[in-house]
Amino acid sequence: MKTSKISNISIHFPTQSLNNTDLVNLFPDKNEDNIYKTFGIKNRYVREPFETGSDLSYKAAENFFTEFPDFDKTKIDFLIFCTEGLDYKAPTSSSVLHHRLGLNQNCGCIDMPMGCAGYIYGLSLANAMIVSGNASNVLLLVSDIPTSVIHSQDFDLRCIFGDAGAATLVQASEQNGIGKFVFGNDGEGAKNLIVERGSTRAPIDKEWIEEYKNEPQYLAHGKMEMNGLEIARFSLQRVPSLLEETLQRNNLKFEEIDLFVFHQASKFILSALQRKCKIPKEKFYEYYENVGNTVSCSVPIALKNAQLEGKLKKGDKVILLGFGVGYTWGGTVVEWA
Amino acid sequence: MNIQEFISIIEEEFDEVEKGTLEASTSFRQMEGWSSMHALILIALVDNHFDVLLTGEELRGLDTIQDLYDLLASKKA
Repeated sequence: MKTSKISNISIHFPTQSLNNTDLVNLFPDKNEDNIYKTFGIKNRYVREPFETGSDLSYKAAENFFTEFPDFDKTKIDFLIFCTEGLDYKAPTSSSVLHHRLGLNQNCGCIDMPMGCAGYIYGLSLANAMIVSGNASNVLLLVSDIPTSVIHSQDFDLRCIFGDAGAATLVQASEQNGIGKFVFGNDGEGAKNLIVERGSTRAPIDKEWIEEYKNEPQYLAHGKMEMNGLEIARFSLQRVPSLLEETLQRNNLKFEEIDLFVFHQASKFILSALQRKCKIPKEKFYEYYENVGNTVSCSVPIALKNAQLEGKLKKGDKVILLGFGVGYTWGGTVVEWA
Repeated sequence: MNIQEFISIIEEEFDEVEKGTLEASTSFRQMEGWSSMHALILIALVDNHFDVLLTGEELRGLDTIQDLYDLLASKKA
């Protein structure tokens, strides 16, 4: 049976950053040691004003073509673009990206505004296109710009989130690669992590502009609101069963997994999950100290770094779990190619 | 688990709290350095040791460590 594999990943971070010294300058009643102790984060990257999700993905894709010059980009026959920071209402940002990247015209393009579970859903779509015989070389671009929807005085969110882009090539494969998926959704959680204003149901208005006139771009694309306690409860409740279901779906035992890569939600959530799921520390990969929570990019950034650090080798079985905004969640197991 | 063991676990988990300083009658919001983050830590601690996932509302309705212990005891009964 035809399967698909993750061939390679490239990352891009914006040039601006926000470290804990910067944060203490902005919030003089806080201190650097406490920020690091609470969040485990030293640095986050921040987009340039007006830089969109597609700009970060464009740069990640360019990095990919530079890093892997042997790959012929005209072979790409499907482009999936996942972001919550789309360029326009229409056309799709993937169409715009497709043109900027100079891809072949026989290439389908689709946008996916998915958030924390976005990479898992993107992989599932890429895998489905390949397994069904409709594509052979899928470029999965994910990028998020959470800093564009965070109020300048929201200390916690500014500590947690960072911007990034990632490019992943998913290709047809004869060997085991991307496994079976588990998906789930609970829309009752929508209110607990939401950017409500700035889109079709609740556009911004004169009052909004007046209220946020001192914010960059008067927060015209909305303001993130997060109930951290409810998000933590959701994660503790849902992720252990997602882990169990993903193993079952792939006929694997817990002990057969070489590396556990979860959405890098926060230090607190990850350490609580590692404890609750009894995952050995050396198999539980964490990567947020220098980048924060990068939403849909957190899993590919972790995979790339795990590979660079030698913690992810060919043939390893790595379980990937995404969960958050929605609530949505998804999981799969990938045999590393 | 008796109340003393429960108190020891909380003292272990909260770095800011010196060992032997908490009592059953301690109001947990009055604990050294209490913040919204500590509510999360307490929820995860309870989940880990009692397999009970408290809601924010349940936690808000409680005052002392004894109250929390009693609620957990009634849930596990």
